Amino acid sequence: MGESPDIIKEEAAEILEEMAQSLQLGIIRFFAFTLSKAFKKLFQRVKVNEEGIQRLQQAIQEHPVVLLPSHRSYIDFLMMSYILYTYDLSLPVIASGMGKIVPLNVITYFADFLGMKIVGEMLRMSGAFFMRRSFGGDKLYWAVFSEYVKTMLRIGYAPVEFFLEGTRSRTCKSLTPKLGLLNIVTEPFFKGEVFDVSLVPISISYERVLEESLYAHELLGVPKPKETTSGLLKARKMLGDDFGSIHVYFGHPVSLRSLAQKKINRSNFNLVPRHIPRKPTEDIQAFVNNTGYRMVRLQQENMVVSPWVLIATILMQDLPGVDSEYLIEKTAWLRSLALLFGAFLDWPDHVPTSKVVASSVALHHNIVRNVNGRVVLIDEEKPNDNSSDDLVFKKAVTVLMCASYRNQIMHVFIRPALVAAAIHTVCNARKEEVFSYFNFLRELFANEFIFTPGNAVQDFEDGCYLLVKCDAVQILKQDFVVTETGQSTISFLVAMLRPFLEGYQVVCKYLSEEVIEGFTEMQYVPAVRIFAVKMIISGYWLFLFNIYPAVHRSTNMAMPLWGLFSKVAHNPTSKL
Amino acid sequence: MASSSNISELQQNAKERLRIISGHLQKPANREQLRVSANECKAEAADRSLEKTGTIPKRRQDILKWNGWGYNDSKFTFNKKGQAEFTGKRYRLSGMVLPALREWFEKTFGASLEHKTPARSALDPSEVPPPILNEGFVQDLKGTAIPFSCEIEDRIFRAHGHCLHEVFALREGKFERVPDLVVWPNCHNDVQKIVELACKHNICVMPFGGGTSVSNAVECPSDEKRTILSLDTSQMNRILWIDEKNLTAHVEAGIVGQDLERLLNESGYCTGHEPDSMEFSTLGGWVATRASGMKKNIYGNIEDLVVHIRMVTPRGVIEKSCQGPRMSTGPDIYHFIMGSEGTLGVVTEVTIKIRPIPEYQKYGSVVFPNFDQGVACLREVAKQRCAPASIRLMDNEQFQFGHALKPQVSSIFTSFLDGLKKFYITKFKGFDPNQLCVATLLFEGDREKVLQHEKQVYDIAAKFGGLAAGEDNGQRGYMLTFVIAYLRDLGMDYYVIGESFETSVPWDRVLDLCSNVKERIIRECKEKGVQFPPLSTCRVTQTYDAGACVYFYFAFNYRGLSDPIHVYDQIEHAAREEILANGGSLSHHHGVGKLRKHWLQETISDVGLGMLRSVKEYVDPNNIFGNGNLL
Ligand SMILES: Cc1cc2nc3c(=O)[nH]c(=O)nc-3n(C[C@H](O)[C@H](O)[C@H](O)COP(=O)(O)OP(=O)(O)OC[C@H]3O[C@@H](n4cnc5c(N)ncnc54)[C@H](O)[C@@H]3O)c2cc1C
Repeated sequence: MGESPDIIKEEAAEILEEMAQSLQLGIIRFFAFTLSKAFKKLFQRVKVNEEGIQRLQQAIQEHPVVLLPSHRSYIDFLMMSYILYTYDLSLPVIASGMGKIVPLNVITYFADFLGMKIVGEMLRMSGAFFMRRSFGGDKLYWAVFSEYVKTMLRIGYAPVEFFLEGTRSRTCKSLTPKLGLLNIVTEPFFKGEVFDVSLVPISISYERVLEESLYAHELLGVPKPKETTSGLLKARKMLGDDFGSIHVYFGHPVSLRSLAQKKINRSNFNLVPRHIPRKPTEDIQAFVNNTGYRMVRLQQENMVVSPWVLIATILMQDLPGVDSEYLIEKTAWLRSLALLFGAFLDWPDHVPTSKVVASSVALHHNIVRNVNGRVVLIDEEKPNDNSSDDLVFKKAVTVLMCASYRNQIMHVFIRPALVAAAIHTVCNARKEEVFSYFNFLRELFANEFIFTPGNAVQDFEDGCYLLVKCDAVQILKQDFVVTETGQSTISFLVAMLRPFLEGYQVVCKYLSEEVIEGFTEMQYVPAVRIFAVKMIISGYWLFLFNIYPAVHRSTNMAMPLWGLFSKVAHNPTSKL
Repeated sequence: MASSSNISELQQNAKERLRIISGHLQKPANREQLRVSANECKAEAADRSLEKTGTIPKRRQDILKWNGWGYNDSKFTFNKKGQAEFTGKRYRLSGMVLPALREWFEKTFGASLEHKTPARSALDPSEVPPPILNEGFVQDLKGTAIPFSCEIEDRIFRAHGHCLHEVFALREGKFERVPDLVVWPNCHNDVQKIVELACKHNICVMPFGGGTSVSNAVECPSDEKRTILSLDTSQMNRILWIDEKNLTAHVEAGIVGQDLERLLNESGYCTGHEPDSMEFSTLGGWVATRASGMKKNIYGNIEDLVVHIRMVTPRGVIEKSCQGPRMSTGPDIYHFIMGSEGTLGVVTEVTIKIRPIPEYQKYGSVVFPNFDQGVACLREVAKQRCAPASIRLMDNEQFQFGHALKPQVSSIFTSFLDGLKKFYITKFKGFDPNQLCVATLLFEGDREKVLQHEKQVYDIAAKFGGLAAGEDNGQRGYMLTFVIAYLRDLGMDYYVIGESFETSVPWDRVLDLCSNVKERIIRECKEKGVQFPPLSTCRVTQTYDAGACVYFYFAFNYRGLSDPIHVYDQIEHAAREEILANGGSLSHHHGVGKLRKHWLQETISDVGLGMLRSVKEYVDPNNIFGNGNLL
């Protein structure tokens, strides 16, 4: 029983009005430009692959374009608009998974964030932005919004931009793609309203993430600060800090048409008028899902990895710190391994490793410090007036920050690491057995890392290929043999996975030991957290800090973990 | 019966009508009159000595090209001065020089008069596979005294329709399989005898009407081992009776369109069925392919025109017992026949609706600022159900092409007014010459009503930014319809190959389908290594309540390609896939034949295909009508 069509029409018109206002590009241009000054203070440089810009220019002329940047920071929005503005490309229509079209709120927020109160106020007063908080179940809003985005594509007015990951990844690991918006932007192609759509994966890599500490706090359950307050971050202090460089890589435009070829029969849309919304069929859903994963993988491939990421990866295996000599040596080793595995490293030319390590450590002075020839995680807190809970919390912040950098290279190592773990665990190194264990882990981590659905065999082959390539493993007929030199590589890769496995173990332990009755999601996350803290205080591994990222993505995690729980019952992970 | 004054009026009308038809068709030729015969066919030798005198003789090659489109005497060439010219005397354009064509041709295709690809001048008999003759059948056929031939020329002529690859094969390629025998029945009874003998000796019969098929329908299946008999219907070309009370005519199925109209016109009537191929295509062919005529808005498509059909099948003769205008007697059996494409039997006689020749005819044209506006206007016209006899909308590329076909001097083609209008359109109204598009119109009826109707349509057009652009432009458009088919042969002399294809599509998808298909063609050409951008253009040729018919032209320069026909086929295939993906149909009127049968299953569903198959199995269990179309 709805309202009369007239009222609905009126409401829809209002929504449209709001959307149009929030897109006043002139204003965005102006503020993006103003804010570029702030960028200059914060970052050493922004590196853009110009051939990617040229490709984009070309693509924009040919077909509607959808820009798909990775999402690690609030300033991703601004960075994108700023770069497109600088290269004289049309500014994108930004859509967020929640349905908001947000550039102006973001600018406002960012201005606040940097303590530029006046700019924020001006924006708010201009009345040209809106924040729609109660979007949730508003079907009308969603309908108008999706029509708006589709119209943008159909008329090719401007590129559409959104974040496949839906939200900023607090862990700096890619999040599994959210499909709502992807469904919207692919529909005009399926329905023949446009000839093709170019999907452009964009990888934005930060040497230092502005929100690094904020994220660690959020992961630890400190409530998200309201977007309009800036207290927590002491923004003015940040403006004096150095956040290193940013790499923005515009990937090759991917033609939706070629992806869909032979997979989607567009004539399935022939029998219902195109304006009537229909639930996507199963094959469309599978295709869109697959496309989402594919695009996130492409983002990952072009993520630029800084030397610090290698250092963090090593540190995470030897907390709280290592000899700096050892670190230098190990970093050099890991660098060549990463290169062999195809990582996109930003390593300075003609600079000795020791210098590179030293300057990375200096840049991340809020996480590590060189103390008497040892590089250690900082530990500023004076233990006297802190409870042990607090102590754990403070350590956890630093470890999580460090882990978030390690996470930035996980996509390079995850496949060989899973194979390594499988070889390491299975006593009989026959290929099928290794594969079946690999597959178990891959499914276990389906929400943790990005694995294209249905691609297990390929993932396995890729992992094997890399292990063979780095001489860690030989495949004799159907058996895996770890080479002499390969042992250390295998161990390193296995160790890389350990925190993740242990995180899942803790959750299982919690579920099996503590849970008596059912519980809500609201109860679940803090409860696991408390459980983990207890374990740590009672002397459990430090790795357990990784429990937080796992638990935090509660919506996604709760369910798989339930599944896992039952799975674990017949697949004891105790072997690990 | 009509009163005498009525009759003279009718005759008056008939003359006028003749003039008009020959106006946009061809110059009046000195030809023997066709008899309107009310005789039943007497399959006796005496009667046969009376040679039939339709436009199309038994030896088609006497007047028609053996390796291209149309009459021997009519073709486009570049003369010594390098100017394009249309030869012969038959058409309005005949004997005229077309100064702009060369530039358009060279610019559009990157072609050059220096790079020629002439067709071979004559057929090499050694390239034609020798006939497979079933002696028993030949013996029996001789006994019937029905004329037949196994001469190479006769056989080759009936081995092809007018698809690109068929004509290409005539010019420089090879046919794997051609008919072994050609037979010319004179009437229904002859056909019955032939089919009986064919069944008795298990040979393959392929009905052949005008051979204008563009779906590989008359191409012989290369794996057919039996004797293939091409049953040429051209000598069954009489109007058997005219029923003025019910406005119907009973006609033999081999009559070609132009003869049918001319003969009916003599009695003051017409069918109004005018497919672009009407000079050569036959009544039986139309029924067999579900043809559509230009003026269907007034007269209907073939399925609306047909009242009665008689067909000879291996099971016997199929027809209905009365001529009621509509029946509820189960599924309409005529709908198994219409579109059967020669797979079930031979259509021998058809009762078709006729109309008095319209008193008045007027051409017209409208220029729109762009194609979108033009389509919107056609949609509105269809919505208001006020479409003129014909309304066609050309896109900008075709508009430009039309300009390239302007003859040098001719009062009808260029006038002071024309110049003024051009000026008005491009300068005053700010129409972009690279965007604008043209609709051509043809109104028919009594004078008063035509003028009223005309105003209504122009008023609608104005709402979509359309400007009236004169009668001449309209008339030229329709006149070109008949000569455009000749252009492909010119292109083929200079490395340019092309084809047209069509579809029907709901209104809301027309624009998207047009632009996606055109783009797909351009893309595919690029991917397949075609060196120059192709000509990829379309027009909306028919409007319906719920959609439109869209017609595409596609041509490209194949220099540098080692197997142009293969490339061409791949692109056409891709274009059809694109059409289907965009909600277009497999065919609006060209039919399925063998060219499109790949998609028939997905088009009509498994069950649908099964239905057709079971009909085929019942009617023709031994696949006597083995041309391999549809299924
Ligand atoms: C330049 C050009 C313009 C065209 N314009 C149009 C157009 O405007 N509208 C349109 O509808 N089509 C058009 N066509 C396509 C073609 O003219 C039609 O399909 C036409 O109906 C074919 O008639 P036909 O007599 O030439 O048949 P053919 O080409 O000889 O045969 C076509 C098919 O019909 C079967 N057949 C023929 N006669 C009989 C019969 N008596 N009994 C049983 N089966 C038979 C044949 O076996 C074959 O399968 C055009 C073609 C060309 C080349």
